[in-house]
Amino acid sequence: MSNKGYFGQWGGAFIPEVLFETFQELKEAFAEARQDEQFWREYVNLMSTYSCRPTPLTFAENLTRHFGGARIYIKREDLNHTGAHKANNVMGQGMLVKRMGKKRVIAETGAGQHGVATATMAAKFGFECTIYMGEEDIMRQRPNVFWMEKLGATVVTVTSGTRTLKDAINEAFRDWVTRMDDTHYVLGTVCGPHPFPEMVAWFQSIIGQEANRQIQEQFGALPDRVYACVGGGSNAMGIFQGFLDHPEVELVGVEAGGRGLDSGRHASRLAGTDGSAGVAQGYKTMFLQNDEGQMQDTHSVAAGLDYVGVSPILADLWEKGRVRFEAATDEEVMAALDLTMKKEGLIPALESSHAFVQAFKEVGDIETDKAVIINMSGRGDKDIFTIAHAFDDPSWKEFIIAKGDEYVAR
Amino acid sequence: MSLAEDIKQIQSKQDKKILLMTHIVLGYPSFEVNRGVVRQMVENGVDLIEMQIPFSEPMADGPVIVKANQDALENGTTVAQCLEFAAEITETYDIPFLFMTYYNILFKYGEEDFFKKAKKINIKGLIVPDMPPEEGETYFSRARKYELAPIMIFAPTSTNARMKNLAGYGDGFIYCVARKGVTGTQTSFDDEFNNYIGRCRQATDLPLAVGFGISAREDVDYLIGKADIAVIGTKTIKLVEKKGVDSVGLFIKGLRR
Ligand SMILES: Cc1ncc(COP(=O)(O)O)c(C=O)c1O
Repeated sequence: MSNKGYFGQWGGAFIPEVLFETFQELKEAFAEARQDEQFWREYVNLMSTYSCRPTPLTFAENLTRHFGGARIYIKREDLNHTGAHKANNVMGQGMLVKRMGKKRVIAETGAGQHGVATATMAAKFGFECTIYMGEEDIMRQRPNVFWMEKLGATVVTVTSGTRTLKDAINEAFRDWVTRMDDTHYVLGTVCGPHPFPEMVAWFQSIIGQEANRQIQEQFGALPDRVYACVGGGSNAMGIFQGFLDHPEVELVGVEAGGRGLDSGRHASRLAGTDGSAGVAQGYKTMFLQNDEGQMQDTHSVAAGLDYVGVSPILADLWEKGRVRFEAATDEEVMAALDLTMKKEGLIPALESSHAFVQAFKEVGDIETDKAVIINMSGRGDKDIFTIAHAFDDPSWKEFIIAKGDEYVAR
Repeated sequence: MSLAEDIKQIQSKQDKKILLMTHIVLGYPSFEVNRGVVRQMVENGVDLIEMQIPFSEPMADGPVIVKANQDALENGTTVAQCLEFAAEITETYDIPFLFMTYYNILFKYGEEDFFKKAKKINIKGLIVPDMPPEEGETYFSRARKYELAPIMIFAPTSTNARMKNLAGYGDGFIYCVARKGVTGTQTSFDDEFNNYIGRCRQATDLPLAVGFGISAREDVDYLIGKADIAVIGTKTIKLVEKKGVDSVGLFIKGLRR
């Protein structure tokens, strides 16, 4: 990476002047923390006492038998406190906020996992907290909205643009340019202006460090392939960093295929051919945009993957051929989720289920003495409404109707 | 003639205490309304106009301009139409016009082609809030090559050293953002502001334009002697929304004695 935050031709910091000094301060605080071995030790300690690190690597015996190919291991980021890998980034940035002496944090959220993690961190560290969330995402991830509010955060409904993640990011920036003195913007993924991609990737690298060690302990060798879903790319970068130096390990990023790559209703920036280079939200990457540079409406059943841009680090690794990109459709995701629940008793988040889809497509063709890792970035509890709806679950519907009647009667 | 020369000429010829620059969002609510608004503005003495090419992610703008961008795009406004409209307007009126937009619009059009086109249709300068000098190697060299003033932005958070550095890249005038935040909320003109504008003055010999939250004659009056150009943005957009195109002229006239 260059000192201006470029990964190959991707990245940079296209920020308004009013934030220039704020970014200088953040870059310095991050550089100091990175130099300071004590900081990382404290971070690991915090994550192992407040969250559940190291998260286990689970051998999925039944799924392995079912597909009859390589051994399937699952990295259990769902067992982090708050239920997803998002906590890794958030707690790390929280420690930086303390160092910088700021008192208020803001964040965008799509699936609500990053919002819940930020609200949790704010409660623990004693920060004021405001979360920006698109109206469409609020509707589909309602349980997380409830928890954010209960944790003491203010949740602001974003009604501009496409009312999803990118619009929440814009609103968070608008807040930040107004209150940068006391506020830190806890960006939730490896996107945005430098130093966010590098910083978030650093905190998330804890996933890959553990996974590399664990697979060697349990399986005795490195895996053949590693699968991760890619929204902004933070869980993927997290686990990939444990294997980037081993070219024999193939890294596979799985984007949201939505209704299919040909449908125009997806969020695949790198898989497929709809993405093109652009500059928005403070950085340069591959975006889903029209010929004139207007961002497009994206679609995915998974709110956390429903985003127009992708990490500049991953765009670079894609361009260099180090990471292969695939897409999983909404329908495939539901099937993979169902199978994983039935076979392993695990409930992956809709986002994470994208990684399972691609692994399931390939694993039967890999020799049985090989292994693959699927990064289970989060748990599916937050998706109960969406999943119940997709399965058209009769008893759940009855329950919701009864509950509705109960509230109406009062 | 360059933008800097234009501004000097307006200042000397017309003996104005302060110049006025106004802002429109192209295609909002329609090009037809844009046409009427520009006419009212020019006929009532506006000295410069910035025309915003709408972008789907207007990060530095407040709610009113965000909505204007969004509505313009939903109406089907394209960059191509904006360029065509701008060509017509610069043909019609003899004041300097600038483009304001976000960098992706230039990037997707092709930076070189965009500068070439803007020059060809007699645009005098560009305001691109997400283009800092650190990212602008080709942007600034092309601005020089095509003699389009790259308008640099100062903010209250800019240090003196930073202002000096920024001014070195700029031409035409400096856009001094009056306060932190996005477009559209009122600015309080107090000691803190005076101190800031003093620092701006120290940092550059270029004319100073002050924008963000200027909405009334008192604001413009206050800036006389402190700045060279007062920028009216959100206010006229709201005015057109509420009272229609014909209300613009009187409002503009009332901003200066
Ligand atoms: C469980 C889970 N996985 C994945 C993602 C996608 O983000 P990223 O690509 O940054 O890991 C999200 C985002 O909300 C998420 O909640």
